[in-house]
Amino acid sequence: MPSPLSPSAFSRRGFLGLGTAAAAGLVLPGCAGDSGAASTGGQPRSGGRLRAAFSGGGAAEVLDPHQTNLYVEIARTKALFDKLAEYGSDMSPQPRLAESWEPSADLRTWRITLRQATFHDGRPVRPVDVLASFARIVEPGSARRAKSALSVIDLPASRAVGDRVIEFRLKRPYGEFPNALATLGAYIVPGGTPDLTKPVGSGPFTFRSFEPGRSFVVVRNDEYWDGAPYLDELQLLISNDEAARVNALLGKQVEYAHDLTPTSARTHEQSVQIHRLPLSNFHGLAMKVDRPPFNRPELRQALFHLVDREELIRSVLHGSGQPGNDLYGKNYKYYAGDLAQRGQDLDRAKALLKKAGAEGATIDFDTSDASTGLKEAALAISDQAKAIGLTLNVKLGNKDSYWADIAKSGVLASYRSGAMPLESHISQRLLTSSTTNNTQWRRPDFDKLYHDAQSTTDEQKRADLYRRMQQQLFDEGGFLWWGVSDWIVASAQNVRGVDEKAPANTLNWARFDKVWLA
Amino acid sequence: MTRYVVQRVLLGVVQVVLVMAGMFFLTEALPGDAAVTIAGDNPDPAVIAALREKLGLNESAWHRLVEWLANALHGDFGQSLVGPRSVTDLIATAAAPTVLLAGLTLALLVPLSVGLGVLAAHREGGRLDRIITSSTLGLYSAPEFAMAILLVTVFAVKLAWFPPTAVGTSLTSNPAVLVLPVFVLLLRPICSLSRLIRAGMVDAQRSEYVRHVRRAGLSPVRVRLAHALPNAVAPSVQQLARTVDWLVGGVIVIEAIFVVPGLGTALADAVAARDLPVIQGLAVVLAATTVLVNLTADVAARILAPAAEAGR
Repeated sequence: MPSPLSPSAFSRRGFLGLGTAAAAGLVLPGCAGDSGAASTGGQPRSGGRLRAAFSGGGAAEVLDPHQTNLYVEIARTKALFDKLAEYGSDMSPQPRLAESWEPSADLRTWRITLRQATFHDGRPVRPVDVLASFARIVEPGSARRAKSALSVIDLPASRAVGDRVIEFRLKRPYGEFPNALATLGAYIVPGGTPDLTKPVGSGPFTFRSFEPGRSFVVVRNDEYWDGAPYLDELQLLISNDEAARVNALLGKQVEYAHDLTPTSARTHEQSVQIHRLPLSNFHGLAMKVDRPPFNRPELRQALFHLVDREELIRSVLHGSGQPGNDLYGKNYKYYAGDLAQRGQDLDRAKALLKKAGAEGATIDFDTSDASTGLKEAALAISDQAKAIGLTLNVKLGNKDSYWADIAKSGVLASYRSGAMPLESHISQRLLTSSTTNNTQWRRPDFDKLYHDAQSTTDEQKRADLYRRMQQQLFDEGGFLWWGVSDWIVASAQNVRGVDEKAPANTLNWARFDKVWLA
Repeated sequence: MTRYVVQRVLLGVVQVVLVMAGMFFLTEALPGDAAVTIAGDNPDPAVIAALREKLGLNESAWHRLVEWLANALHGDFGQSLVGPRSVTDLIATAAAPTVLLAGLTLALLVPLSVGLGVLAAHREGGRLDRIITSSTLGLYSAPEFAMAILLVTVFAVKLAWFPPTAVGTSLTSNPAVLVLPVFVLLLRPICSLSRLIRAGMVDAQRSEYVRHVRRAGLSPVRVRLAHALPNAVAPSVQQLARTVDWLVGGVIVIEAIFVVPGLGTALADAVAARDLPVIQGLAVVLAATTVLVNLTADVAARILAPAAEAGR
C-alpha cells in the first residue's frame, strides 16, 4: 500500500505516503486552534447523516488503528480514536488527548498530562492505556507505521505518575517529541487486548458497523471531550474510481467526496462545493548526491536553475498548486520562507552545467505511475532540459515497487511527499541514519545541526538551526521541490464546516465532528 | 456421448491445474513482492524484512506452490496477505454481486437476442431486418465503458431516473441500482448473439430439411420455432459461453464505474496489493468457470444439433 496518501496508490486507493513519500501515505496533522476558513454559512446545527466517499483498500481492509495507511483508514480512525497530539495546519503538534507536555531540561524526560477523557465504554483514558498502545505499536516484528517515530521512547523506563500523568523517558534528547506523539498511526486504544472488530476508542464517534471495502458507520459520541459532533451519524463509503465518486456526489448518493482531480473540480464547481486543501502534496526530484553525475554540486544547481516551476504547476498540477523553492514544507513551522524564490535562469543553468563538466550529457531519469503526476513531471522537465543541451532519458519503472526501486538504484527520480513536519522530513530522509534516505544525503555537519536543534529548549535557537539546515539544502541538497499541490475534496451545497486550510491528513482534514448539514 | 463428456471433464481439470500453476509463476514474476508493495513509499529495509517474515515470503517459490496446491485440493485457499480474512470467504463475498449481475444479464440476454434474431430473419433484407442489423452493428462498436459513462451522465446525473452508482446501498435492497449496469452489460452481447441467431435462422430457413417440413404442411410459426431455431441456436451457444466467461470474469470496468464490489474489483485490489493467495484463488474460480461453461456449451450444442456435430 502505498501510501495513501498517495493519491493513488493503489491509487486507486489512496494511500498516503508516508514515510516517505507521499502518496502513500499520509500523514498528518491538523491544527487545532484556528480552524481555517471553514465553508461558512450560519449557525452550526445538530442532526443528520453525512455520507462520504473515499477510495479504499478492498475487502482486506481492517479497523486496526495502528495499521492506518490509506486516507480512508485515517478518516475512520480519527472518527473513533484520538492521539495524544495531532498536526495542525502548519504541521506544529497540537495537544489532543495530551492536555499539556513539559520536557525536562535535558529533553530526555517528558511529562505528559492527559485530559479528562473517557473511552466509549465509559472507562477513563489513563496512562496505562497510553503505555499499552505504544507498546503494541513498537512490539518486535511489527511493521506498524508509527513504530519508527515512537522507538525513541524507552518504554520500560517510562511510567505513570498518578492517574493522568505519564513520564516518558527518551533514548536521546528530542526537543520536538510531540511530533512523534502526533505521528500517523499513534492512536490510543484501551489497554488489555483491544477487540478491533468492535473498536472502542475515545474519539468523537462511536462504532456502529463495518464492511471491509464497502462501508463504515459511526454515530455521535455525546460525551466527547472536545464537544459532541453535530452529525448524528457518519458513513464512510468506498469508491476507488474518481468518476464514480463524483457521480455519487452529483447523484446525491453521498454528501462528501474525497480526492478529486483538478479537471473534475473545474467541471463541477457550479453544482457542488469544491474545497482545495493547500500544502498537501509536495512534488520534486530526488538526485543521489553520493554518485556521479550528481555528486557534482554544480550539476544539482544547474537543475535548480533549469526547472520552470510555473509551467509545471500549469501542466502537471493543472494549475491546482503553488511553486516550490526547492525546499520541503512550504509555510510549515520553521520553513525558511525568506530565501529568494528561484525561477528558471537558463544562462545560469548552462554555465553551471559546463562547470560540472556535464555539457551534452545524457542522464537516466526514473519515474512511474506510482502516483499522479510523477510521469508527467518527468516528461515536462526532460523537455525543459533540452534548452540547455542536457538529455534526461525518462525511464518508466514499475509502479508497485517504485519507491523501493528508487531508494536502491538510479541517480535521478521523480518524487513526491505528503505533509509532515520539517523535523520528520529531515529525520526520515536526510540524516546519515535515515532509513529512506533517497538522495543519499549524509553529512555529519548537517546531522549535528539536527541533533543540536533537538537538544535545545530555546525556540529561537532551534528556528535558527532549522534555517541553517535549509540553507545548506537550498544551496546544494539533493531534493528539488518544484511545487506543492492542493488536495481536492468536494461536498454537497448544504455541507458546512469543512476546513479549507488543512492539508490532507492533518487534524482538521476529514474532521467530520466539526461538519454540519445546513 | 458419455465418453465425450468424460474426456472433456478430465481435460477441464488439467486445464484448471495448468492455469493455477501458470498464475502462480506469473504472479511470482511481477516486480516487487507483497512486502515491497505494502511498504509503499516507506521502503524502510527493516520494515520490508519484517513484512517478508510475517507473510512467509522467505520460503522458496516451489515450496509455497506445492503447499498451496495441496491445501487447494482440500478447498483451502489460504489467508489474504494484507487482511485478516480467508481467501474463500473473500471470494464468496465478492462473487455474490457478480453472480447477480451476470445472472440477471443472462436471464434477459437469451430471450431478447433470440427474439431479435428471429424477428430480423423473418423477412431477410426487409425493413425490420435492416433496422435491427444496422442498430446492432452500431451499438456493438461502442465500448462499454464509454456507453456506461454516457448513460450515467444522462440517466443518473441529469435526469436522476436511476442511481449513478451502487455506493452505500446493496444490489438486492435497492434494485434500481441494477438497471444501468445490466443495461450496459446487455448491449454488446445482445448485438453479437442476435446477429448470430439471425444468420443461423436465415441459413436454416433455406435448408433442405426446413423446406421439407414446410412442404409437409406444418404452420410457418411451428417451422420456424420448432425446426429452424434449434439448428440456428447451436452455433450461438458457444458464443453465449464466451459471453458468460466475460460476465463472470468480473466485467471489471463496469464494476468500477458503478462501484459494484464484485470479483473484478476483488481481482484488481488483489493484484495491486500483490495479495498472492487471493489472486490464485480468483484464478481458480475464473478458470473453473470458463471450463465449466464451455463444457456445458459443447454438450448443449451436441444435444441441439447432433447432425451438425457429427458432420464435423
